[in-house]
Amino acid sequence: MTVNSGDTAWVIMSGALVLLMTPGLALFYGGMVRAKSVINMMLMSLISITVVSVLWALFGYSLAFGHGSQWLGPLHLGGLGDLVRTLTDNGGTQPVPALAFAMFQLTFAIVTVALVSGAIADRARFAAWTVFAALWCTIVYLPVAHWVFDLGQVTAGRVTGEGVLAAHGLLDFAGGTAVEVNAGIAGLALAIVLGPRVGFRREPMRPHSIPLVVIGVGLLWFGWFGFNAGSALGANGLAAVVLLNTQLAGAAGIGGWLLVERWRDGRPTGLGAASGAVAGLVAITPACGYITPTASLAVGAVAGVLSAFAIGLKYRFAVDDSLDLVGVHFVGGVWGTLAIGLFATRVVNPAGGDGLFHGGGTGLLGHQAVGVLAVLAYSFVATTLIARLIDRTIGFRIPRDAEVEGVDFTEHAETAYELDTRTGSGSFLAGHHTPGGRA
Amino acid sequence: MKLITAIIKPFKLDEVKATLEHAGVTGITVSEASGYGRQRGHTEVYRGAEYRIDLVPKVRLELVVRDEVVDDVIDRIVEAAHTDRIGDGKIWVTSLDDVIRVRTGERGIDAI
Repeated sequence: MTVNSGDTAWVIMSGALVLLMTPGLALFYGGMVRAKSVINMMLMSLISITVVSVLWALFGYSLAFGHGSQWLGPLHLGGLGDLVRTLTDNGGTQPVPALAFAMFQLTFAIVTVALVSGAIADRARFAAWTVFAALWCTIVYLPVAHWVFDLGQVTAGRVTGEGVLAAHGLLDFAGGTAVEVNAGIAGLALAIVLGPRVGFRREPMRPHSIPLVVIGVGLLWFGWFGFNAGSALGANGLAAVVLLNTQLAGAAGIGGWLLVERWRDGRPTGLGAASGAVAGLVAITPACGYITPTASLAVGAVAGVLSAFAIGLKYRFAVDDSLDLVGVHFVGGVWGTLAIGLFATRVVNPAGGDGLFHGGGTGLLGHQAVGVLAVLAYSFVATTLIARLIDRTIGFRIPRDAEVEGVDFTEHAETAYELDTRTGSGSFLAGHHTPGGRA
Repeated sequence: MKLITAIIKPFKLDEVKATLEHAGVTGITVSEASGYGRQRGHTEVYRGAEYRIDLVPKVRLELVVRDEVVDDVIDRIVEAAHTDRIGDGKIWVTSLDDVIRVRTGERGIDAI
């Protein structure tokens, strides 16, 4: 398909918007942990930018979006470089240069990997996380992205070679399955393999900075407009509906969550408002391109309510999913993906479908459920195997004494806040360097 | 010379400090503390989970006074810090061998 400047401009801009979500996530997650784990939490997000970008250029884009089988693209090393030949006509289904699409999708892969780190706050070896990020991106994210996001190529006026779930009829506009369900259930698997933190279910482990959480959620929300409306892959009416739907669901998510807190706990919390926004945004991610603005309000509000209840489950099952990957991303992702089967209407998107409430019967709901189950099962099993492998070989957790002292200092020789203004606590050893940091 | 140590509820610090000034106390040392007494802790609900918090935040006051004013100071602290609710705190009194003012080197009662 021939590219045009308006659509290209929007997708280029959207790639930049989505990249902002990862530092935003670093702040969101960093505020939610205790003061002794902030650096580690933020670095797990930042290193994901490096790991995934390198993999993407070497083979990641090719495996996820190259046209191979329905299950996986071809392993075409350095394939990104070849895309400079398709800057004006990309041979695909979208009116944007393939490289703009490759950059846009790279930012999705980065933030999805970074999301998983929320399950293992306070206790992971940084080297182990870095290895995990590379393996998980390659073995879990790239295939799943291919199943869901590869919309095929146009040959002789027909679309062929879609990913297996897309071909099966799964509607997932911006990643309810490939991003949210995938990262959410991977977080559960990782939390099970690593085990709970010292003091889990005994100490409250309150977030050390709600203001950081709120700054983070602001950046996430802003970036999410690129994530969702950019997934229209054009500057058009569909992108406009998606933009509005995204806004409405995030807003309704806050309301839903705070109502639950007011009713259940007596008082609405800052962390609840931030989490509710994310829950609403997560749920609208798959649905935003297929449902009406009114339905988006319902999807967001229900997501806020469901997630507010779901975050308590980890205490019942004694799984330390530290920053609520399951409660927010998995539950929100499942709900949003299934909600398409209820609320979808071709009035919004002729390329979509009609859900149960729009005379489409239960067929679409079935396709959605199959998509969720496929991603859930593959991600959980593959993530468990990767995490076990890393734990058995190089070890995934820091020692107990290091965890109690704080992962920031023991893994990074840094603390987030140096508040001690006293003098006389040490003396300078000129030129002396201890390999490995601490003497 | 006696060291009076008082553990009180944090929000009572202002009133206790004011009444001690009227009693002619020349200096106090205040620090944040946490702990529990017969009240034990309290329960707290946050983010879908309920916790028992054993260590409750308190303020610790330390002041060195002459023997004659000990009873008056104790009465004033009790009156100002009293709420009649559980967890009002505790006061204890310790005898001191000596007190020294760092600037002048004065010792004993002169250093208070």
